[in-house]
Amino acid sequence: MMDPIIQLKHLSKHFGKTKALDNVTLTIPKGKIIGLLGPNGSGKSTLFKILNGLLAPTEGEVLIGGHAPSIESKGLISYLPERTYLNDWMKVHELLDFFEDFYEDFQRNKAMTMLEALHIDPKAALKTLSKGNKEKVQLILVMSRKAEVYLLDEPIGGVDPAARDYILSTILSNYAEGATLLISTHLISDIEKIFDEVIFLKDGGIYDYASVEDIREKSGQSIDELFREVFKC
Amino acid sequence: MPWNFDNSIPIYLQIIDEIQRKILSGELKPGEKLPSIRDLAKEAKVNPNTMQKALQELENQGLIESERTTGKFITQKEAQIKKLREEYLKEKLLPCIKELTTLGLTKDELHALIDTHMKEGAI
Repeated sequence: MMDPIIQLKHLSKHFGKTKALDNVTLTIPKGKIIGLLGPNGSGKSTLFKILNGLLAPTEGEVLIGGHAPSIESKGLISYLPERTYLNDWMKVHELLDFFEDFYEDFQRNKAMTMLEALHIDPKAALKTLSKGNKEKVQLILVMSRKAEVYLLDEPIGGVDPAARDYILSTILSNYAEGATLLISTHLISDIEKIFDEVIFLKDGGIYDYASVEDIREKSGQSIDELFREVFKC
Repeated sequence: MPWNFDNSIPIYLQIIDEIQRKILSGELKPGEKLPSIRDLAKEAKVNPNTMQKALQELENQGLIESERTTGKFITQKEAQIKKLREEYLKEKLLPCIKELTTLGLTKDELHALIDTHMKEGAI
C-alpha cells in the first residue's frame, strides 16, 4: 500500500436519527485523483465537511496527513465548497489578497495566469460575474494553493459543457505534484477520464472503492454506466 | 489535436492505440522526443498516472525508449516499427474479414470488392 494521506476509521455522522455517514473505514493514498460518487443524500458533502473540520464526527477517527482535523490539517487541504463563502462585493484581485493573507501556500502568479486564460478581469467585483465565472474564480483560488489534498465539491456543476473541458485542464495542470484530489460530481461522463479511482457512496456507507481502469476492464462499462446501474431508482 | 475516448474501454489502452497509430502514420517520427508525461496528460485531458501506464506499456513493447535524464523518445529501431505495422494491420483487418466471411463472402469476392471500392476512390 502506498503512503496514506487520508485515513477514516469507523467514521459516523448522525443528524438526529439520520445517519449521514455510517461506520466508514477508508484509506486514501497520496498522488491519486479520486471521484467521490453517490446520489443526492449519500453523504458526499458531509464527508467533505468533516475532512475540512467544519463538522465534528459523531463517532470514529479522521486523520489527514497524520493530523486530526485542526489548524495543521487545514494547512494541507484546499477545499472548494458546494456553496460560496466569499463576499461577493469583493473584487477578484481583493480575493487574491485575502487568500494570500490566509494561506502561506497561495501562489498569486498562478492565479493571475489562470484568470487571464479564462478571460476574467481581476478588477471585476465578484457579484458582477455570471454564475459560471463565479465558480471559475473560486476554483482558481482553490487550485492556486500548493496543497497536499484538494477537496472539490461539484467543481463543474455550474459551467457550460464547452467550459468544462477547460476547467478539467485547469485542474490537471495546476494541482501540486504528488497531491491527492477528491472530487465529487454528478457529471460523471464529463470528468471520469481524469480519475484514478472512484469511491461509490451509498446510504452513508462505502458501496465500492476501485480503480476506474479495472472497472472498465472487468465490466466493459464506463463509470457513468456503472453508476446508473448501481443507483437505479 | 483533441483526443477522443470511449469511457467504457480502459483509457490507457486507447492511448496506446492512438500513439501506435501516430507512429505508423508518421505523425510521430522515429527518434522524436515525446513531451513530458504531465504535458501529454494535459493535452489528452487524462490523469497523469493513466498516461504513465500507457507509456510504460509502449516502452515494454519497444516502441518508446527512455533516457534517464532527457526523457522519452520514439524508437529508431526499424524492426520494431515493422512489427508494429504488421500487428496493427492484422488487428484492424482480421475482425473485418471475419465479419464478411460469416456473411458468405469468398476470398475472390472479397478481393474484387476491395478493387472496386478502392478504384472508385471511396477510400
